[in-house]
Formats: sequence, structure tokens, C-alpha cells
Amino acid sequence: MSLELNKVAPAVGAESETKRSQPLLEANRISKTLGGKLILDDVSLSLDRGQRKILIGPSGGGKSTLLKCIHFLNPPDKGDVFLDGKSAKDMSQSNISAFRQEIGMIFQDFNLFDHLTAKDNVAIALRKVKKQPKAAARARAMEELDKVGLSDKAELYPAQLSGGQKQRVSIARAMAMEPKLMLLDEPTSALDPELIGEVLQVIADLAQGGMTMLMVTHQLDFVKHLTDEIIFMENGRIVEQGNPGVLLDAQSNSRTSLFCAKLTQLSSKKWTPGNFM
Amino acid sequence: MSIFDSSLISAAFWIAKGTGLTVALIVGAMFLGLIVGLPMAAIQVYGPRWARFLVMVYVWFFRGIPILVLLFLFYFGVFSPLEAWLTKFFGVRINLPFLASVTTLGLASGAYQSQIFRGAMLSLHMGQYEAALSLGFTRLGALVNIILPQALRIAIPAWANEYSILLKDSAIAYVLGTLEIMSRIKLMVATFHMHVPFYILAGFIYYFLTWLGIKALKKLEAKTRIPGLGSDGDAHFPEANEEIGTDERLEENPNAKPVPKPA
Repeated sequence: MSLELNKVAPAVGAESETKRSQPLLEANRISKTLGGKLILDDVSLSLDRGQRKILIGPSGGGKSTLLKCIHFLNPPDKGDVFLDGKSAKDMSQSNISAFRQEIGMIFQDFNLFDHLTAKDNVAIALRKVKKQPKAAARARAMEELDKVGLSDKAELYPAQLSGGQKQRVSIARAMAMEPKLMLLDEPTSALDPELIGEVLQVIADLAQGGMTMLMVTHQLDFVKHLTDEIIFMENGRIVEQGNPGVLLDAQSNSRTSLFCAKLTQLSSKKWTPGNFM
Repeated sequence: MSIFDSSLISAAFWIAKGTGLTVALIVGAMFLGLIVGLPMAAIQVYGPRWARFLVMVYVWFFRGIPILVLLFLFYFGVFSPLEAWLTKFFGVRINLPFLASVTTLGLASGAYQSQIFRGAMLSLHMGQYEAALSLGFTRLGALVNIILPQALRIAIPAWANEYSILLKDSAIAYVLGTLEIMSRIKLMVATFHMHVPFYILAGFIYYFLTWLGIKALKKLEAKTRIPGLGSDGDAHFPEANEEIGTDERLEENPNAKPVPKPA
């Protein structure tokens, strides 16, 4: 499978420089403590419509927690999230559900509903949340499965799918709800190396469609072409953020470039017990 | 008193009627236990701390006191006064022993069933719940549409076990004068002065009901099994994993003959 990275459309956000007044998503000074440990410490970020940003950094740095806070799956202790200028902090339970509906989330371990076929995984929220009739929801589900190249697997259950196929179904499931933006939490890190490509291709297609995205990933070689900005997180704080070209430049001596040099070093190194240490 | 003809044939019919009552008792108690147990399980896994505390008090109350004590407690403490009250003000008569037995067994079973469903819900990855919320489900919607359909499937084997325990616990309801199998057998024993044959019969009836119920629940388990997923994980179903390999090979070579899927 070839990844046609260069054809990715320019970010929509860049075109509409003039109406920058209100970002699509704004996370404002978020703090979160879990199990007595400060995981997020006063983190702020914003995404304009069509913008794509990458979160990287060492594990335990708070990247996944930040996505869950933004999605209010794990509401922040301090700070607020604004979607289209609407604050999520003081929303009622039903409004929070509507808020979440507008933000798609892709999980590291897919989280497909094991008791439903691929088609019904995509259709169930259309039926039960958007109250669409069964036939319409299933037809829509088939469209979304077709977009991720899985229309022939519609009747299979998650346990009958490969990891890459599962993640593609979960992307179809999120996209069927027509979210305004997508949060992706290491979408390829639970996959065998040979299955990563198919998922990255689907993500590239989304980017091409102008989808606003915030993605936690370590597949930098791939995503640096898709992204407008890299955000480096460490110890619950944003340490660096900026243009990928600048941050990844080995000459820049940025924390990001050092981290990424380590990543490529590790992946290219021959693994012998000697150089492992 | 001649509730029955002194022939053994009509005795058998009389006991058969008691078997019907035992079945009604069990079905009623299992159902009541389900109604009580499911919400309590959900509260224990997903609920706020104060509600979890209340559930814990309930569960320990019914787990910590013998069924025999509970039966007398509810009979004299709740249902006798209730009956007196209903008769006095409404002239309504209730089947006191049966109602007290069903309720006590059902509430006690609810405590055990809550633990069965709690275990089933906990065995589901928290991600299932989070994924449902992330799609815009409310908490109740996620529970009803995503968690319960899976948790109930997982709970079937343990539920079958609860059925077999409750069935045999129900024999104790004879102390309240519920005319189920055991109390009728005891009357027969007293009438015919034959101990062993009648207790063998009682044993046989309970054995048969246990077998029948477990068989039916096994059928249900097989019927609701999720393809590719064993009720106790993938490990025992290597075919499921082989199937994945089959699909991949087909993708690479569309002309390859599909390997027939295991039944």
C-alpha cells in the first residue's frame, strides 16, 4: 500500500487567516490530578478549523490524559474546553453528551463494541444517539465502511477482524457521527508493523478531506507531512510547540528534535544485547 | 384432613402441583433478583460513592444472614403485618407463605446476582464504556446499549450456577408452609410413613429441575455467543484467530480458495 503523502491538501485553517477570531477548539489552562499525581499542569492549546496538530513526548507526559480531558471523558480539575466558543465546563449531562458527539475519538486499543458486527458498530450510535431509523443508519454505516475500504467486512464481528481492520472500523464509527474534529490517541501503536500502513492511509485520507485533528503519535516520519504544528509534552506541560520543519531540524537542538532523533536511532539500530544498554 | 386421596397416584399428582409451585417460586425469585441485582451492579461499577455504600450495605445484609433466618424475619416482620393490614382495610387476602418466600429468596438472590453482574461488567474493558460516551451516548444509554448486552452474555454461566443454588435453597421455604415440593413431600412422608422413597423422589425432582434449567441456559449461552469470541476468551477458540489469517491471504490473492470457516 503506497502512501501518497504529497497530495495532502493544504490545511483549510491556513486559507481563512482573516477569521481567526475564534478557534474551533480551545483548551484553556487545563490541570488534572490522578491518583494524587499531577498529570496535567496548566495546559492550553487551540485548534482552528482544518488545522492538524501532533502531540508527542515521552510516555507518562500527559498526552492521552489531555485528549480525555478535552473530550470530557475525564473532566479536567481546573480549566475549561471551548468548542466553537461554547464552554464545556458547566454543561449538564445531556449537553456534555451532545458536546462529545461533535468530537470524534480514536483509541489506541480500538474499543470496538465486541457484540456488534462492523456495520452495527458504526450504525449503533446513529440509531440510538442520533435516532436515525435502522435502515438509514445501516446504509450510512456501509458508506463509512466503504470509505475505509471495509465494505466487504461489514458482517464480521470485531474478534474476526485484524487490528488494522478494527482501527479502520473505529475511524468509520467516529466519522459517521460527522464530528467537527477528531482526537486520535496513538491510533497505530497497538498494531503489528505491517498493519500500520493501512490505518495511516485512512488517516491521510481524513487529512486530505480537511478534517481538523489532534493526534498523539510517534509515527513522525509519516505525520510530519500532514501536520501544521508539533506540540511536545513532558511532565504534564507543553515544553515546545511549533512548525514541524523548525522543531524537527536536527540543527535546532530543540527538545523535540532530540526526542525524535532518539526514536529514529532506536528504530534503525540493530537490536543486539550489547547496544541495547 | 383429606387434601388428597390416599392413593399413591393422586399423591404423585399432588407433588407434581408442588413442583409447579417450586418452578413459579424460582422463576419469580430469579426475576426479582435480576431486577434488583442489575441496577445494583451498575451502581457498584459506575455509580457515585454514596450509592455504592448503600449497595454494599444491602449486599452484606443478605450475604451475612442465613436464608432460614431471613425467611422468618420477612414473614413475621413484614408480610404478616402487611397481610393483617390488607385484610383489615381492603379485605384482600394474599398467599402469604408464597409471597414471603418469593420476596425473601428474590431479594437475597439479588444480592448474589449483583455480584455476578458486577464481575461481568468489570471484566469488560472500561474502554467500551468510554467509547460509547465518546460517541455521544448518555451514561444510561451506554449502559443499556453497550455494557448490558455484553455483560449479560458473560454472566450466563454464573447465572446458571445461581439458578441451581436458588432452586435448592427454595426447599427451605417449606418452613413457612409454602406448598412447594419439600412441604408436600413431608406431608406424604407423614401420611404414608415411607421416608426413603419419598425423599428419593424429592431428590430426583430437584435433580431434574437443575438439569433442565442448566441445559436451557447452556442453550441460551450458545445462541447468544459472539462469533470469534469464546465466552471465556479467545484461547479456547484458535479457529477464530485462524480466520483472520484466511482473510488476509484472500486480500493478497483474490483467486485463492477461501478456507471453509469452522462451524
